[in-house]
Amino acid sequence: MQTVVRRACTLAALAAALAAGVARAQPPQGVVTGPNATGRSLYSGNCASCHGPNGEGVSTPVAGAGGVKGQGPPLIGVGAGRADFYLRTGYMPLGRPDEQPQRRRPLFGDREIRALVAYVASLGPGPAIPRPHPERGDLSGGQRLFATRCAGCHQILARGGYLTNMRVPPLTQATPVQIAEAVRAGPYVMPRFTKKAISDAQLDSLIRYVRYASQDPENPGGWGIGFVGPVPEGLVSWFLGAAALVAACVLIGTRLRA
Amino acid sequence: MRKPVDWIIALFVLLIGRGRARRVPAKRRIVAARTPDERAELVVVLLFLCAAGCAIATPFLYAFEAPALTQLLGLSIGLAFVFFAAGLVLIGKRVVVTEELAEPYPPPTREVAQGEVAQIVEESGDSVSRKGFLKLAGGAAVGSIGVALLTPAASLGPVLDTDPLYRTPWRRGRRLVDENGRRYRADDIEPKLFYTAFPEGADHEELGAPLVVVRLDPRDLRLPQGRADWAPEGIVAYSKICTHAGCAVSLYRVPTFPPVQPKPALVCPCHYSTFDPADGGSVLFGPAGRPLPQLPLQIDPRGGLRAAGNFSGPVGPSWWGVRMGKAK
Repeated sequence: MQTVVRRACTLAALAAALAAGVARAQPPQGVVTGPNATGRSLYSGNCASCHGPNGEGVSTPVAGAGGVKGQGPPLIGVGAGRADFYLRTGYMPLGRPDEQPQRRRPLFGDREIRALVAYVASLGPGPAIPRPHPERGDLSGGQRLFATRCAGCHQILARGGYLTNMRVPPLTQATPVQIAEAVRAGPYVMPRFTKKAISDAQLDSLIRYVRYASQDPENPGGWGIGFVGPVPEGLVSWFLGAAALVAACVLIGTRLRA
Repeated sequence: MRKPVDWIIALFVLLIGRGRARRVPAKRRIVAARTPDERAELVVVLLFLCAAGCAIATPFLYAFEAPALTQLLGLSIGLAFVFFAAGLVLIGKRVVVTEELAEPYPPPTREVAQGEVAQIVEESGDSVSRKGFLKLAGGAAVGSIGVALLTPAASLGPVLDTDPLYRTPWRRGRRLVDENGRRYRADDIEPKLFYTAFPEGADHEELGAPLVVVRLDPRDLRLPQGRADWAPEGIVAYSKICTHAGCAVSLYRVPTFPPVQPKPALVCPCHYSTFDPADGGSVLFGPAGRPLPQLPLQIDPRGGLRAAGNFSGPVGPSWWGVRMGKAK
């Protein structure tokens, strides 16, 4: 009888500890949504600790919910285009203000994103969500432009790469609208290209090329190895070459039997 | 005219006579004579000559800067090695004397056995004309492969006259133009973007020509001593040629929100040398050993962007005397 009681006590204690652990393991900035959430309430619940209660930004770190020091740029005047980009790529909300935003499944549903985008756009006049027409673009012109403007970081077939202290995202999952938004906004440490630098027509060509390169690049034959470039190609050829060399050594070493 | 011909005839006679004189009288055979594999020897000689031909092509390709030079250089040296190796393999398998005697040990005296060994050894180094020819072909192959391998040393740069390395087309008052020759105005240069510029009317291919131009917030600039007026409105210009291996510095990272993101930097895509445009092009990371040379800028009364002098240091990849001078 005593053992039963002791076991029940242990179990209860364990359950309590587990519950406490779960409660603590919850993200400090849990996504706050609700059936009647307006853009304003979504913003206050999910964005305000870094971007300020009214989108004015937080320039000096402020301890917010869960001990996260909120710090972020102002959103007044960034417009619908940027809000749409950051939310639909899953870049925002960010766990820590100093980490690099990564593409992931958006934390909000379509309805919430629209409400949030409308709210951010209402903070101040800014660029709208672009409407690119990649079908009007010119593929080879787009490739030239991509080679000079983008391929240095993103790799010529848009597979991404590395820059000092950060990753360069691949563009294989980027939609035309997201590409257009990123070119105009310059997310994270990417340069920002104005219409003077890349016109809307050039942008169409660029998007057409990125879609072509990242979806189905023309393969002249052989083994593409993911189209990630010379490093894996070199590695593979070293392995093949080393095997061939060993084979040649064995062949040379065998004696001829007359 | 007659004299050289006489000389050649004399040399010819001498060579033939030498060959005759050295013909040793036929020794009494102890082991059965082995039929020399003349076809194999001929093939070896041909392979060695092919190797020599391929290898000797390398310095010529290099000297005349053939199109697709890198590939051709690799091909010529690689083929030379392949031919040479094939020749060696053939020698090992067909030419070198290998006697396999299956008969039981005869009970000869010591002296006879020694005589046999001596004859086999002597014979394997004896067939003078064929061997000599083989050696000559082998020597030609090795020699020309050696020359081919030394050829790239010419790319290590000038040893005596380093003056051209300091010369650039930039002069005080020279305009900055884009790759199509359109003149840059100061208000063309937008923040968070980077531009490539060239000197107006100069060869764009020249090492000292291309610039990377960015606009920074003047309050963020921390330029070295004596460069206070080099960046009007915060526009800075650096040589686009990385000081490490001479690649084009074509990456620019610029933060959207500076407090929590990496600061602006110019990055070379080859080996990730990272330069700080706000600090006179100093090296933040990577293998580059010295800062990017900075070009002083000025804005003329009509808003055009011009150079205000020459670079702060020699342009391009480093060499032995790079720290000794200033750009001219």
